[in-house]
Amino acid sequence: MKRLFWLAVAAVGAYALGGLALHRGESINALWIVVAAVCTYAIGYRFYAAWVAARVLTIDATRATPAERLDNGRDFVPTHRWIVFGHHFAAIAGPGPLIGPTLAAQFGYLPGTLWILVGAVLGGCVQDMTILLLSTRRNGRSIGQMARDELGPIGGIAAITGTIVIMVILIAVLGLVIVNAMKHSPWATSTVFATIPIAVLVGLYMRNWRPGRVLEGSLIGVSLLLFAVIGGGWVNAHPVIREWFDYPGLSLAWFVIAYGWCAAILPVWLLLAPRDYLSTFLKLGTIVLLAIAIVFAQPELKMPAVTQFIDGSGPIFGGKVFPFVFITIACGAVSGFHALVASGTTPKLIGSESDVRLVGYGSMALESFVAIMAMIAATLLDPGVYFAINSAAGIVGATPEAAVATISSWGFPVTVEQMAHLAREMGESTLFGRTGGAPSLAVGMASIFASSFGAHLLAIWYHFAIMFEAVFILTTLDAGTRVGRFMLQDMLGNVWPALGRTSWYPSVLLASTLVVAAWGYFLYIGVIDPNGGVNILWPLFGIANQMLAAIALSVATGIIVKQGKARYAWVTLAPLAWLAVVTTTAAVQKIVSDDPRIGFYAAARDLAAKLAAGTLPPERAAVAPQLIFNQQLDAWLTVFFLLVVWVVIADMLRVCWRAVTGRSVPPSSEAPYVAAREAA
Amino acid sequence: MIRRLRAWLALLRRCSGDDAYERFVAHRHAVHPGEPLPSRREFWCGEVERKWQGVNRCC
Repeated sequence: MKRLFWLAVAAVGAYALGGLALHRGESINALWIVVAAVCTYAIGYRFYAAWVAARVLTIDATRATPAERLDNGRDFVPTHRWIVFGHHFAAIAGPGPLIGPTLAAQFGYLPGTLWILVGAVLGGCVQDMTILLLSTRRNGRSIGQMARDELGPIGGIAAITGTIVIMVILIAVLGLVIVNAMKHSPWATSTVFATIPIAVLVGLYMRNWRPGRVLEGSLIGVSLLLFAVIGGGWVNAHPVIREWFDYPGLSLAWFVIAYGWCAAILPVWLLLAPRDYLSTFLKLGTIVLLAIAIVFAQPELKMPAVTQFIDGSGPIFGGKVFPFVFITIACGAVSGFHALVASGTTPKLIGSESDVRLVGYGSMALESFVAIMAMIAATLLDPGVYFAINSAAGIVGATPEAAVATISSWGFPVTVEQMAHLAREMGESTLFGRTGGAPSLAVGMASIFASSFGAHLLAIWYHFAIMFEAVFILTTLDAGTRVGRFMLQDMLGNVWPALGRTSWYPSVLLASTLVVAAWGYFLYIGVIDPNGGVNILWPLFGIANQMLAAIALSVATGIIVKQGKARYAWVTLAPLAWLAVVTTTAAVQKIVSDDPRIGFYAAARDLAAKLAAGTLPPERAAVAPQLIFNQQLDAWLTVFFLLVVWVVIADMLRVCWRAVTGRSVPPSSEAPYVAAREAA
Repeated sequence: MIRRLRAWLALLRRCSGDDAYERFVAHRHAVHPGEPLPSRREFWCGEVERKWQGVNRCC
């Protein structure tokens, strides 16, 4: 009976995937993607994950986990598997899986969807589960510590520097996304601004008035946030007050930078912790709501399966479908960042090793499903509208007329009236050139929500979606700046011990300023770049994230081989090899390509030539030197990423070779076996 | 009905960490009985600091 059930799941999944891949019509229903995805995850979880857990990781439910052995009622606490699942999912799912698929939709829905499914089932989920188990067996050690213990100091240093750099790029690009969503939008800006005092209020509530009452505080906060969304509409409708919240991108960028600096030095209980509770509740609620709405509304996807932009001429970012779709969609397929969470808080909560499959593999499958929903939300828009929202003025033309003419000439008809009508419906003054993915995702989400729960509420749903994205983008921004600060203080502490004291105020100020300056620089450049900035920063972030995944998978492969299970090493080696090929190809193209839309040096040369010839308009000539410097810096950064990846891979191969040939390797750092109190 | 609602509330409190202090107190009573305990507020402040020392939020 069970076999029949799984055969049916496999058959339905294969049918849906086949239908998706072979469909070449006007439009296709989103349910095809949903069914294909759910069946793929189910088969992957039931068979592949179970096999990996049993054979490769040799999960042993009789072995006591650190939560049981070191139970202190605080961080080490044996916790029910579904609760750990919820915590882990809330920790890994950020704005990444929403933005990546939205940008990658320029290739059509098919390339991104296939990569999300295959990448997650064979790569991302396996990475998360493996790292979670390895860390659980090592008392919850971090990926950086594991790299140092199991491979050697080189792997450890690479992991830590890689983490800091990826953090800087990630925060910059997220800051850019939020700035683009607020640019000249009084409604969005006032709502996002309102989230800050609301978070502070909740922070005071949870600390001073009703200490630790998380539910009460969150309930109050979420209600206030919803009120702020509606209040933003009033602000927008008021002729005077709306002017107070109408800012160009650069002012908003300075605001985000100042905000990030304040958030990094303020105590966590005041802003970061309470907003994180709010963002977690909103995130889980919205994801569930979106899933219900998609099944209920069954929207038609209007984007073709594959667009002509697979040839590399895409308006949102330059580069061919290989390798760039695999770089653009990192979170949702394989995200190296997850290795940090899977080797942080989560392993200290695992009550039994048999929960690792659900928590590690299952959470990532769910995050991958979030990416699928983002892909649906992006591709249900008319392609013309999608490209009009997401293409920068520098690519399609600065006026609405020029933009619609360019986009229509690609075969995606759109009119100025259509865009004006859409903007009015969403309560915005314009939707042209709102790059970064957040506005187009919000339009997509708003149309799904509105067709399921109230069509007259489009503008409210749109700004709800913007607020929802902003809340957890700001959380990632604060949290990332803090982590960057701690890591930097740790490194500086090696030079001058006083700087390593995380509570010494001068050191806090110095490290916070350095971290904020680093991401603030990239954010500033992104905002002044007429091509939108996201086209540069997102691929850089993707490469950095995949680089971190390559480090994590190298550590995992090294440990598997050292345990004498070399014949199973392909489980992590295959995704590692794929990531190495993809990241290297993308990085090399970003460095050496002659196409100024792809290569950093080519772009710098192109701009320098135009500047010298005097063909740039004055406002672009003024920022050209900064843009040229930035392109060169980005090229060097990419070289650095490449070096880090290959140094770690070479180090892993060296350790594996020594292990296979019976020479000495760093000893295993696994905690010794202790029997669990109650074996499952 | 009321019992079922209570169970749901307990689950919600557990998931959100609303009952963290109660669980900590229960743990301390079980393992180190008689030792002085931090107040609810002290516990909250310590926990918040500890939670945000490392990476616990992702992209």
